[in-house]
Amino acid sequence: MDALDLARWQFGIVTVYHFLFVPITIGLSAIVAGYETAWVRSKNPQWLRLTKFFGKLFLINFAIGVVTGIVQEFQFGMNWSSYSRFVGDIFGAPLAVEGLLAFFLESTFLGLWIFGWERLSPVLHNACIWIVHIGTLLSAYFILAANSWMQHPVGYSYNQATGRAELHDFFAVLFNKVQLATFPHVIMAAYLTGGAFVVSVAFWGMLRDRERGDDHQTFRHGVRSGAGVLLIAGLGVAFTGDISGKIMTDVQPMKMAAAEALYDTKSCAPFSVLTVGNLNGSKHTDIIQIPCLLSFLGTGHFHGTIQGINQLRAEYQAKYGQDPGRPYYSPGDYTPIIPVTYWTFRLMIGLGLLSAAAAILILYVTRRGRAPTNRWWARLAILLPLLPVAANSFGWVFTEMGRQPWVVFGLMTTANGVSPTVGAGLVATSLITYTLVYAVLAVIEVGLMIKTIRQGLPDVTPTEPSDGGDADRPMAFAY
Amino acid sequence: MELTTVWFILIAVLWIGYFTLEGFDFGVGMLLPILGRDDRERRVLINTIGPVWDGNEVWLLVAGGATFAAFPNWYATMFSGFYLPLLLILVALIVRGVAFEYRAKRAHEEWRRGWDIAIVVGSFVPSLLWGVAFANILRGVPIDADLEYAGGFWNLLNPYALLGGVTTLLLFLTHGAMYVGLKTDGPIRLRARRLAVQVGVAAAVAAVAFLTWTQIHTGNGGSAVLFVLAALALVGGLLACSQVREGWAFIGTFVAIALAVAGLFVALFPDVMPTTLADGASLTTTNASSTHYTLTVMTVVALVVTPFVLAYQAWTYWVFRQRIAIHHIPEEELAAAG
Repeated sequence: MDALDLARWQFGIVTVYHFLFVPITIGLSAIVAGYETAWVRSKNPQWLRLTKFFGKLFLINFAIGVVTGIVQEFQFGMNWSSYSRFVGDIFGAPLAVEGLLAFFLESTFLGLWIFGWERLSPVLHNACIWIVHIGTLLSAYFILAANSWMQHPVGYSYNQATGRAELHDFFAVLFNKVQLATFPHVIMAAYLTGGAFVVSVAFWGMLRDRERGDDHQTFRHGVRSGAGVLLIAGLGVAFTGDISGKIMTDVQPMKMAAAEALYDTKSCAPFSVLTVGNLNGSKHTDIIQIPCLLSFLGTGHFHGTIQGINQLRAEYQAKYGQDPGRPYYSPGDYTPIIPVTYWTFRLMIGLGLLSAAAAILILYVTRRGRAPTNRWWARLAILLPLLPVAANSFGWVFTEMGRQPWVVFGLMTTANGVSPTVGAGLVATSLITYTLVYAVLAVIEVGLMIKTIRQGLPDVTPTEPSDGGDADRPMAFAY
Repeated sequence: MELTTVWFILIAVLWIGYFTLEGFDFGVGMLLPILGRDDRERRVLINTIGPVWDGNEVWLLVAGGATFAAFPNWYATMFSGFYLPLLLILVALIVRGVAFEYRAKRAHEEWRRGWDIAIVVGSFVPSLLWGVAFANILRGVPIDADLEYAGGFWNLLNPYALLGGVTTLLLFLTHGAMYVGLKTDGPIRLRARRLAVQVGVAAAVAAVAFLTWTQIHTGNGGSAVLFVLAALALVGGLLACSQVREGWAFIGTFVAIALAVAGLFVALFPDVMPTTLADGASLTTTNASSTHYTLTVMTVVALVVTPFVLAYQAWTYWVFRQRIAIHHIPEEELAAAG
């Protein structure tokens, strides 16, 4: 493998890994903040117990999300320096604003929330975690604006003299139509993930603590509220995903064609649920096919036209030339790797829908004070968060791989973005280092999560804010 | 003033914020086994920086992001050129950040010892390497006419750069010890003060040597003034420390680091990364910068947001102003094996 392949693998690995934690951070911060608000308003200690319990799990998750985020910001310069030079005028601004506006909020107010239980009034303390949540949303907004620009560059012009893309309308970048669909889609997916996490853990706890009345009841609140979030977010993901698909058909038709492995332009294009064969256009058999669905997903009409890979390839070759810079797939081929886009697209949709369906099931089996007794339920519930987590990863792999061979659609190929001075040996070193460190951290993180979940709900003794009067008592929370 | 100059100053400010703030939490991290003689004492130390270390680290992320936005060529050349040192710094920051959060989550001796090592090493590596990296920028590195870094890893290890690394290392140790003296009570406080003076003398020697070398190599009138003031602030801090004026002592190292970093940027200007190659090209605030439009947008955002950031970060320090002593740490049984 050359430096380019290694750099791509590294970007994929560290980004997908980082994004295992990000949606949980976004979703769980909102849910924990909601629990604390419920406690502040009702003074029912069950909500406080949920706040502290899920707060602890939130922090275990947050730590890895934060530290792996540093790599994200640095690796554009380290591994993609030509890309950074080319787009820095546009892409750097949302990144810098993200740091200034979002990272400071998140980290500072999280510190206040973790350590401030006794030092801040309950309302102010609760405000801190809401501000953390707002910070996560702002962070998502700016980084997604940067990514949306790569999918659909707007508000810029290409400067021949400097050889780079230059910004002339910052608001066009912030309100890119791809961004306006992507942001709610990603946030809904994050709530879906957070909801699934809460349902899963609380359901397991509810069944385990069947004999302990208050614990059982408290976990039931967790299950029901989490399932509510899961269901609403599931609908939100589907709705925003639908809009996203139509915009994608408009601005990145090749990605939509590649999502279905649709080789020839069609109206009433079908959507295949399952396929056997090699998807290279020569021979494949659709097992389950829904007629005209792809046309509907892409255009909103069952007879809308979806452009095929072959026609688009010819069109791109005419428009961009035979050779998109250094050939990556094959000379002059503007097609992403079809099996990857085909399967990730399906898995993203399928696993996302399955998560939402699980919410309905959970709400049904826990209706009016009921709780299933079979232990298999608890085991299945534990696996629930894997569905949205996997759907998130497949979604990102789809959207990034579906853009290839471009790093910035229509402007720069991925091959031309890589750092020219960083050799394969260096990239291999960092790739191996990150992978090993991340793998060890994952094992530790999961172990700590399981330990914390097994400990169950913490006991809470009401604490009053004290500012100086009682300075010698032990801290309510300490590292 | 040119916007490129404004952004050069703003990036200098971000690095000053980073080194003065994370500098002390690096110092506390490195001093963990020296000032903390048992687990509870080590927990005292970690809790002095617990609520603030992450906010301190964001100064680095914003410095990186702002460099990307304002000087893309600087960001691209520096980050790809300093690949290995940055990789080491990143890995150090990763394990260190996780260590703070995870260490207290299990009451097992081995678990905690492991994370203690992560904190010490994770604080040591960046303290040393940031100095090495900045010294190399001032010294100049091989940059070719295409603005690409043309050197290797070994170019970065030269006596001047190593002296720079030792200087930041010793300064952060001193700064951290001053912070512990200000933020703790009991035996740790006494130990921290004593250590701060001892390490501080070594830091002063290294800093004077490094700044003098820098001044001879690339300095100007402005940097000379700043370097002298930095040295005076450091000496003042050490004197205050020996007089048990802990607040002034911490302000002393804080101001010393701020002025020294400011001096380095003044010495660098208008270059951002000078080249050592005769046929190469230096990166300057002009040829590395973004367009006027982008800089204008960024300036507006920075002017609006930065006052709020400074206000709420300062408020955090105020909320957690209380000194921490052993009796503040909740008691727990430490199990021997995990």
